[in-house]
Amino acid sequence: MLADQDRIFKNVYGFQDWGLKGARARGAWDGTKGLIDKGHDWIIDQVKESGLRGRGGAGFPTGLKWSFMPKSDPRPSYLVINADESEPGSCKDREICRHDPHLLIEGALLASFAMRAHTCYIYFRGEFIRERERFQAAVDQAYEAKLIGKNNVHGWDFDLYVHHGAGAYICGEETALLESLEGKKGQPRLKPPFPAGCGLYGAPTTVNNVESIAVVPDILRRGATWFSSLGKPNNTGTKLFQISGHVEQPCVVEEEMGIPMRELIEKHAGGVRGGWDNLKAVIPGGSSVPCIPHTECAEITMDFDALSAAKSGLGTAAVIVMDQSTDMIKAISRIAYFYKHESCGQCTPCREGTGWMWRVMERLVKGEAEKREIDLLWDVTKQVEGHTICALGDAAAWPIQGLIRHYRHEIEARIDARQAKVGEYIEAAE
Amino acid sequence: MPKKLIVDGNEIEVEDGVTLLQACEMAGAEIPRFCYHERLSIAGNCRMCLVEVEGAPKPVASCAQTVNDLRPNRDGSPNVVHTTTPTVKKAREGVMEFLLINHPLDCPICDQGGECDLQDQAMAYGIGGSRYQENKRAVEDKYIGPLIKTIMTRCIHCTRCVRYMTEIAGVEELGLAGRGEDAEITTYLENGILSEMSANVIDLCPVGALTHRPWAHHARPWELKNTESIDVMDALGSNIRVDTRGSEVMRILPRNNDAVNEEWISDKTRHVCDGLKTQRLDQPYVRKDGRLVPASWDEALGIVAEKLTATKPDRIGAIAGDLSGAEEMFALKKLLGDLGVGNIDCRAANEALDPALGRSSYLFNSTVEAIDNADAILLIGTNPRLESPVLNSRIRKRWRAGGLSVGVVGEQADLTYAYEYIGAGPGDLSKLANGDHMFAGVLRQAKTPLVIVGSGAYSRDDAPAVLALAAKVAAAASQGADAGHAVFNVLHTAAARVAGLDLGLIPADNGLDTAGMTSAAASGNLEVLYLLGADEIDMSALGSTFVIYQGTHGDAGAHRADVILPGSAYTEQSAIYVNTEGRSQMTQKAVFAPGDAKEDWAILRALSALVDKQLPFDSLPALRAELFKAAPHMQHIDEIAEVSDDGLAGLERRGGSPSNAPFVNQITNFYLTNPIARASAIMAELSELKAQKQATGQLHAAE
Repeated sequence: MLADQDRIFKNVYGFQDWGLKGARARGAWDGTKGLIDKGHDWIIDQVKESGLRGRGGAGFPTGLKWSFMPKSDPRPSYLVINADESEPGSCKDREICRHDPHLLIEGALLASFAMRAHTCYIYFRGEFIRERERFQAAVDQAYEAKLIGKNNVHGWDFDLYVHHGAGAYICGEETALLESLEGKKGQPRLKPPFPAGCGLYGAPTTVNNVESIAVVPDILRRGATWFSSLGKPNNTGTKLFQISGHVEQPCVVEEEMGIPMRELIEKHAGGVRGGWDNLKAVIPGGSSVPCIPHTECAEITMDFDALSAAKSGLGTAAVIVMDQSTDMIKAISRIAYFYKHESCGQCTPCREGTGWMWRVMERLVKGEAEKREIDLLWDVTKQVEGHTICALGDAAAWPIQGLIRHYRHEIEARIDARQAKVGEYIEAAE
Repeated sequence: MPKKLIVDGNEIEVEDGVTLLQACEMAGAEIPRFCYHERLSIAGNCRMCLVEVEGAPKPVASCAQTVNDLRPNRDGSPNVVHTTTPTVKKAREGVMEFLLINHPLDCPICDQGGECDLQDQAMAYGIGGSRYQENKRAVEDKYIGPLIKTIMTRCIHCTRCVRYMTEIAGVEELGLAGRGEDAEITTYLENGILSEMSANVIDLCPVGALTHRPWAHHARPWELKNTESIDVMDALGSNIRVDTRGSEVMRILPRNNDAVNEEWISDKTRHVCDGLKTQRLDQPYVRKDGRLVPASWDEALGIVAEKLTATKPDRIGAIAGDLSGAEEMFALKKLLGDLGVGNIDCRAANEALDPALGRSSYLFNSTVEAIDNADAILLIGTNPRLESPVLNSRIRKRWRAGGLSVGVVGEQADLTYAYEYIGAGPGDLSKLANGDHMFAGVLRQAKTPLVIVGSGAYSRDDAPAVLALAAKVAAAASQGADAGHAVFNVLHTAAARVAGLDLGLIPADNGLDTAGMTSAAASGNLEVLYLLGADEIDMSALGSTFVIYQGTHGDAGAHRADVILPGSAYTEQSAIYVNTEGRSQMTQKAVFAPGDAKEDWAILRALSALVDKQLPFDSLPALRAELFKAAPHMQHIDEIAEVSDDGLAGLERRGGSPSNAPFVNQITNFYLTNPIARASAIMAELSELKAQKQATGQLHAAE
């Protein structure tokens, strides 16, 4: 269990002052100038050394991502922070933005400095109205205290702009976010070119998750080795886990990477409703990753590598717990509807495939299908996966693949039950 | 640096920046595609062009990746691309299936049937049946104007039409609204599109979602005979294909010619073909007791011959119109020359252009293709969007690429690109000529500047002085320009004009020009006027002159005529046209002229025998042999002859002092510029629609 002194987010529940004074008391903005004086490359090296992997879901090494930014380019560089937290189950970024905003602002300054960017945009999810207001207030405090802005005390001109989205899930995809930020329709761009080469307004850009940026000041202050000593190799540091669903106390909690799932649920969320044995399945990383059946949950640890070995993923570490009362087929069907609703419609497999998958799922919920359609559905998910412009197609396909992989017997049973019932009706009618 | 690539086992070398799709095609692999189009930006959204690249985790959209984007192999060996593996086949089948699940299988009643990309590629890359059992999506059809019929359920969201309208036509009226499977192509407010170039989306649409509205359910593509020809609606000479069934022109489509029209044509070019069927002159008429009555050829020609022989040559005149081919103008000139008539003119709009100054004084000397490299363009008295929409799109294309400054002297209008407005009249032009305007500096510093003079500048009383100023500006601009780059360009509005000037259809010494002939007719000094398809002159000013009209349509000329000799339209005879840049091009006979109408040269040849001045040719080849002696450059079809650049000096020498009147564009109604267009119901509808939009303020008043 994570020791209190190793916590980065000390005000994640908002019990203390979110403002500058409270943040300073918790250690934010301490010695920032000294960190900046060590130079651009030192910061990038430290972040690389810390083993920090992006906290937005894909888990790409953050330091490596930063190192892709050009060192001398006539165009301005930009840092864009993705606060479009829309993945069902995820609720960590909002806690950072409203309760520990100064960590994020400080991280934005340090990350921008490391990438030689003087401007940073933060893109808020449309529904995050209070969060945005709170964050803006913190930004205003930072400007007033000359911590950021032109001619600030840190000697690196830095402007931070808060942008409010309109509430489309797809705008959380980094290139769709850039399009939306530019005032266009939120549709993902083709890659390559990657944002580091040609991003916002055609200039070098790095898009990072809120949490990835907010942990940077502490990594630099306490040292990369401190961060990498936490967690497991290749899955270092601490992480905000969000536990929701059929648990006694749903919560957001900062824990070490690689904590066993059972420990996480029992220690922090009060355990599964009705006891561990009442567990049916867990979606470990937000709605887009495949579920894990209860048989595998007892042993598994919460980190990128272990979960992907179990054919799932850490994603945003949004743990959705489902007990035995859950209709798995219906749950996944609801997720399929979500992706059908949020598909941007740009590329063919996702536009057409998400609707197809959802419609078949709806029939499977009622058992109104033939058993061979399970294979058909599997095939359709495979036709979507990997064939789309962005990862939304994959995200729509994976939950269904997880369902079929682990709960095929339930689907078949429902089809059988339905067919038996239809048989009864026919008999009765005759 | 050329890069090596192995496509399906064949090693090829490709240039930098080539996309994988192009590279695969170079290697002989066929890549299916829907959204990709060479002349549009890359969308990468149909996912049909997926290929497998060794080392890449997933299939790659080949249209959207350049060979430079491929990660080099560690050992330096060339990247390996597969286009025929099971993975690729499966990916294509998957995409094809997705495209078809919501596509109605109404091919038997679809106008795209037979020339449909989706149909063809479904045959080649699809699976036999559909596994989709859910309800299909239905989409409401949209009204996007009288030219484009929409059946939006068929749409596969490739966004070619959106990209075309935004990028090439320069009218942001189409878009993809909504998202996911509810996304629809629409004109935001269901407003009819009014771009002069809009109908090209019909060709671009890979399915039957956007089809040719006037042509709907009239014919099938395999029933049509295709004739490659040339358009005469403007002086650009767009390359077209005339599709006919029996004696009817069913539709007109563009042909690719990178040097002229790329693969676009204007809405007028495409949709004017219904005008070829209405208001046609299909037999000779003679005016008796004030009324035109049908007559035989013998009777009509007899009356004309009698008039021509009985009248003194200096009281006879002839004007050639906007759509005449070189052959008939040549025959007319020879015939009237033999009769001793000096009053002849092809400049129906009183253009102050004189072949005596050299060809470079009246040609688009830089060539149309040079627009692609221009770094500064000055437009004088012209609205190219109305005078030559395809050429205007080319300017827009160049402008979009960046680094082009455009200046305008004349009327302000929405040209679909930004420009610096210099002024309205000759006064502002002389500022430029004297270097008193900032844009003069832009032109001086430009390496490939173009000065484009339009009919608003050269069709006015003080035109020689205006042209002298324009020539001065061009001469100053060519000082700093690249060697061999021609700066001075004349943009003609009539297809016939350049050939007419080349053949010297201008008044002989002491002869009258168009304006001279009309005023002489009004004062009774001109007894006989021969109009060869000339409808754009003021017929009410012709007084009691005996008017012979040889042409195709019952338009202004025919209404005024005393004798009508029915001729052939550009789809009904083979004729040479020289476009505004001096390119000689030939139309082909796609159908026969209606009724008793004859080919125009043959009418003049028959007439010549009756006036005892028999023309020395009995066939078109014989005529052309004579024609090529007079104008050798015309025999080189689709070529531009070398021109000496002495015309500029000649124009400058003419000098004079211009008036203060602002330049007025000659074309105000794009849709009704010639007799064929005026006979077209579709052109009338478009003209009406545009007038309505202008009245309700939906269009710029200046347009």
